[in-house]
Amino acid sequence: MYSEKVMDHFNNPRNVGEIENPSGVGTVGNAKCGDIMRIYLDIDGQGIIRDVKFKTFGCGAAVATSSMATELVKGKTVEEALLVTNKAVMEALDGLPPVKVHCSLLAEEAIHAALWDYAQKNGIVIEGLKKPVEDIGEMEEEEEY
Amino acid sequence: MDKRIYLDNAATTQVSEAVLEEMLPYFRQNYSNPSAVYQFAEEGKRAVDRARRQAAKLIGAKPEEIYFTGGGSESDNWAIKAAAEAYASKGKHIITSKIEHHAVLHTCGYLEKNGYDVTYLDVDADGKISLEELKAALRPDTILISVMAANNEIGTIQPIAEIGKIAHEAGVPFHTDAVQAYGHIPLDVDRLQIDMLSASGHKLNGPKGIGILYIRKGVKIRSFIHGGAQERGRRAGTLNVPGIVGFGKAAQIAGETMEEKGRKERKIRDHLIERVLAEIPYTRLNGHSTDRLSNNANFSFRFIEGESMLILLDQLGICASSGSACTSGSLDPSHVLLAIGLPHEIAHGSLRLTLSDETTLEEVDFVVDELKKVIERLRNMSPLYEDFLKEQKEKEKEGKDVQ
Repeated sequence: MYSEKVMDHFNNPRNVGEIENPSGVGTVGNAKCGDIMRIYLDIDGQGIIRDVKFKTFGCGAAVATSSMATELVKGKTVEEALLVTNKAVMEALDGLPPVKVHCSLLAEEAIHAALWDYAQKNGIVIEGLKKPVEDIGEMEEEEEY
Repeated sequence: MDKRIYLDNAATTQVSEAVLEEMLPYFRQNYSNPSAVYQFAEEGKRAVDRARRQAAKLIGAKPEEIYFTGGGSESDNWAIKAAAEAYASKGKHIITSKIEHHAVLHTCGYLEKNGYDVTYLDVDADGKISLEELKAALRPDTILISVMAANNEIGTIQPIAEIGKIAHEAGVPFHTDAVQAYGHIPLDVDRLQIDMLSASGHKLNGPKGIGILYIRKGVKIRSFIHGGAQERGRRAGTLNVPGIVGFGKAAQIAGETMEEKGRKERKIRDHLIERVLAEIPYTRLNGHSTDRLSNNANFSFRFIEGESMLILLDQLGICASSGSACTSGSLDPSHVLLAIGLPHEIAHGSLRLTLSDETTLEEVDFVVDELKKVIERLRNMSPLYEDFLKEQKEKEKEGKDVQ
């Protein structure tokens, strides 16, 4: 069901944990749908992401996309991190099953939410960054008889 | 992976040696179509008759009240749709429960779209329906009550005899989906006043793709699969002789071994439940504590999600299942766990372990030892657990401040 890369990131997730007094923290998803991601960022004075940690409640794909997303933004500038899309996360993981695509969206959202928090705290505007959606992943369940 | 611990016997079971032995001659030696006239077909006919007697005996039915089908889902579809059609002139109201298998629920949903009215009975925290609620739901236009004998996820056994009595007194046919119960708990269609009963071969060490629908003589129900005259014209299609033979043998063995099998499973299952509840914090057992299938254990572990748990267990060779959304392909967790009142996030963290009579104490101990590690690992990466711990700490601090 999952690619080797997904399994690798699920089994050996990178950057699990918390950061005390983070520059920014973002939590997205909801327990109702079974996915919650929280991303902590440590950003230095130059706007470079020095450290990143995550915690995720969710399926294998949710854990793997969180892990990969943290890898992709680590060491990047805030502006570069903003360009890490769900597509980039998925590609880096050699793809996801169609029903799990929303997990990669959640990872992108979590990064954006943490960046938003950082921007709010520091009173700065990051170009292209929108206020995070509180609750993504809610989709109408299709029922067919 | 050098060993596999299979704890998903509610999903399917291994075909037993004895059942397979019984089936094999009907693939190559006696491959005849039992509907044929020539002598070569005689042995197949006899085998089907024998299997029908075996299937009937297990539930105290007459052989001519047993119809072989393609499995449990077909039996449920047939019973409900055909009864709905047959009794449509009397009314269009059906009563079922919220924790039925999808084969029943989606069939009822289909009927709702076609002008029928369905009452879905609530269940209590243990997964049982309320008999009072059932009585209150009865209407002059009620034409069918369909309540499962035992639940596939949480193992809760319904008060079938009482439901049968209520249905009988109201003059409403009573169908029960007994896919998980047939061959696992004693069922007697007369004593329990069951009018229709669905069962499936592969849940009792028989083959897949074969099931039965028991239809009490006198119950008005039309054929579902139209075609040839098989099954007294009520279920067309060339008889699946090896499957039917396997079903019969599995039913016969289940009748002989049910008690001992149940005792063995219960002993190991209870040990499993005791250890999990004692050794893993923030855990609950789902389903009734005593009125449950002897091989079923269903837990909810707070702060974690089921699919992650299943993948980690799978890597250890442990086959289990979960009611999490991710395992169902939808975003909602199991309708059964929601119906017993679990909040979404707790329903997502459920684990179902269903034993066989071959499951050993050593296997179960290994599973609990590993499960503890798996859950700790997932909790350590869960933001819900992080929040919970922080809250606990704050509460402690507040407590101290008050002191």
